[in-house]
Amino acid sequence: MKRNSLIQLILIHYREFIREPGILFWSIIFPVLMAWVLGIAFSRQPELAQQVAFIHDSLNMNPELQQFLDDAEHIVPSEGKETDYLEKTIQNDKLGNTTFKFLLTDWEGALLMLKRGQVNLILREYPDSLEYYFDPINPQAKMVYILLSSSINNEHLVYESARINPLTQKGNRYIDFLIPGLIAMGLMNSLLWGISYALIEMRSKKLMRRMVATPMRRSEFLISIFVARLSITVIEALILISFAFAYFHISIQGSLPALVLVFLAGNIAFSGIAILISSRTANSRIGTGLINVIVLPMTVLSGIFFSYHNFPDYVIPIIQKLPLTMLADSIRSIFIEGAGFSQVGLNALILTALGIICFLIGLRTYKWY
Amino acid sequence: MDNNFLDLAKEPVIQIKQVRKYFKDVRAVDGVDLSIQEGEFLALLGPNGAGKTTLVEMVEGLQKQDSGEILIQGLPWRGNEVHLRSQLGISLQETRFIDKLRTREILELFASFHKIDGSRVDRVIDMIRLKEKSRAFTVNLSGGQRQRLALGIALLNEPSILLLDEPTTGLDPNSRHEIWDILMEFKKNQVTTMILTTHYMEEAAYLCDRIVIMDQGRILAQGGLDELLSKNKSEEIIEFFPIGDPEKLELQNMPWLKKYSFDTDRNKITLIVTAIVDSLSDLIERSESSGIGIGALTCRRMTLDDLFISLTGRRLAE
Repeated sequence: MKRNSLIQLILIHYREFIREPGILFWSIIFPVLMAWVLGIAFSRQPELAQQVAFIHDSLNMNPELQQFLDDAEHIVPSEGKETDYLEKTIQNDKLGNTTFKFLLTDWEGALLMLKRGQVNLILREYPDSLEYYFDPINPQAKMVYILLSSSINNEHLVYESARINPLTQKGNRYIDFLIPGLIAMGLMNSLLWGISYALIEMRSKKLMRRMVATPMRRSEFLISIFVARLSITVIEALILISFAFAYFHISIQGSLPALVLVFLAGNIAFSGIAILISSRTANSRIGTGLINVIVLPMTVLSGIFFSYHNFPDYVIPIIQKLPLTMLADSIRSIFIEGAGFSQVGLNALILTALGIICFLIGLRTYKWY
Repeated sequence: MDNNFLDLAKEPVIQIKQVRKYFKDVRAVDGVDLSIQEGEFLALLGPNGAGKTTLVEMVEGLQKQDSGEILIQGLPWRGNEVHLRSQLGISLQETRFIDKLRTREILELFASFHKIDGSRVDRVIDMIRLKEKSRAFTVNLSGGQRQRLALGIALLNEPSILLLDEPTTGLDPNSRHEIWDILMEFKKNQVTTMILTTHYMEEAAYLCDRIVIMDQGRILAQGGLDELLSKNKSEEIIEFFPIGDPEKLELQNMPWLKKYSFDTDRNKITLIVTAIVDSLSDLIERSESSGIGIGALTCRRMTLDDLFISLTGRRLAE
């Protein structure tokens, strides 16, 4: 039985993928785990536990504070290593519960806690007043101050009367922001590592040299790696989307065909970049460095985990032109803004063109031997 | 210098004419002329860096010569790549495979490039004696098994020209013999021309009709094993350790001495002489009169290694 060489070449990549447990873990289980951990960490309204260093004066107690701490629980850690503290929880349906821990200490101890980052604020008790010490630039400290001072002054009821409407419907949660980014990042990693690394390995092992010395078609060789990797990225993305759908109930609000188009454009872009990266490198250690130089900055800058709008204004236009940003923004706009072809078409076109240009340059300089 | 038992009227299968290849300041191949007849097994023998691999890779079409011409079956590489690639069977110096592919899968992959069917793959697996390992991952093969697999890939397309670059380097004697047996078996059943590079003279002597000794990009000598050695027909070798100052033996001017060398590191004297019978009595007489003792005396015929030393002043294995 004669075997088709293109199918045989595609099979190599599948076999390698399936037979290396490490590859399976990093490309399938890891992204799901990351989605799960980050989704839970940032999506659930947590019980905020705020630690405050408290310099208590038992002879000259402050009446308002005493009233506030009336129902607080005095906890003495069993080991004796940690400081005693008073714990009080303020309950609120809309904002979630906030627990204050008042660590009982003196001024020196309080400063040390502040320096270590254990607390953000020091509260000192005087008979006729309360003194708050904190760094006004630290937003966390400011928030603790506002929460605490209003609570002590019995103003926490204001919350109830205020019109607070928590935004937790689909599309506005952190997980909705995160999943499209993870899909884009997964695609980039899968292609850059999968293609570049595989090609550099084959070159450094002289296997590529051996293969091009046969009548093998070079175009088939490159097509096989693209087809194999494209199908693998589809599977990876489907697994991640299924998980997010089942666990976090995300939904895709925009056009599904547009999503397929963007996904394909992303594949072309990053496959092209991967071919370019691997076009001359014959050493897998240099290859690893080269791939990292491309992957790491984009992972950090492209707004995968957090919005890139926190970066200074003058770099945002540059960030927006990075291929990963274009891909992540396009997928995200389809997922949560309900975008269609008209909104993502340009990005898809640019990504495709970028991929083709990189591929052609890579092919011209490609070192087959 | 063509072998006289080959038909000289026939056009050689491989013609290498004045081929040069320089890398920066290294003259890897420096004006080599060589023609190889159909069915001939030729060994390129030489130390590392002699230019053997560069020469073979130019024949394989994997490197381009700076000047000169290489014709295979009368055709240059340029414009005939597809045809020539189907004619060649190649094994490169230390090819490694994809770790988690099985022996059979690797062979099937290469078979698909040649449009060869599965029954040939089975026959090749038998030939290279890897039947039990046909389902093993290549990463789990021993060095000898991996080299046999590389050889199997070279034999898949029943090539009319085999180009093997150090097929047994780094292997133990048993594994080396297994490779030799496979090659001899293949030679029996098929008209194949082969170029093999090696730095083992036993390998060149055992497998090949003609041996080409190369060093620093040039051909130093060539011919059949006997031909090479008989060029120095009347030469034999005496080796010993001098006990005392070897200068006192005053051997330099003896009429039977062709070449004198003293290896100070090993404290060993090597004499290339016209005939051992003539020289031995003189040597012993000198030893007695000068009081310089002779230790570990050996007398033997010249080998390829000695020939190489006499040509270059260095050992093959270095």
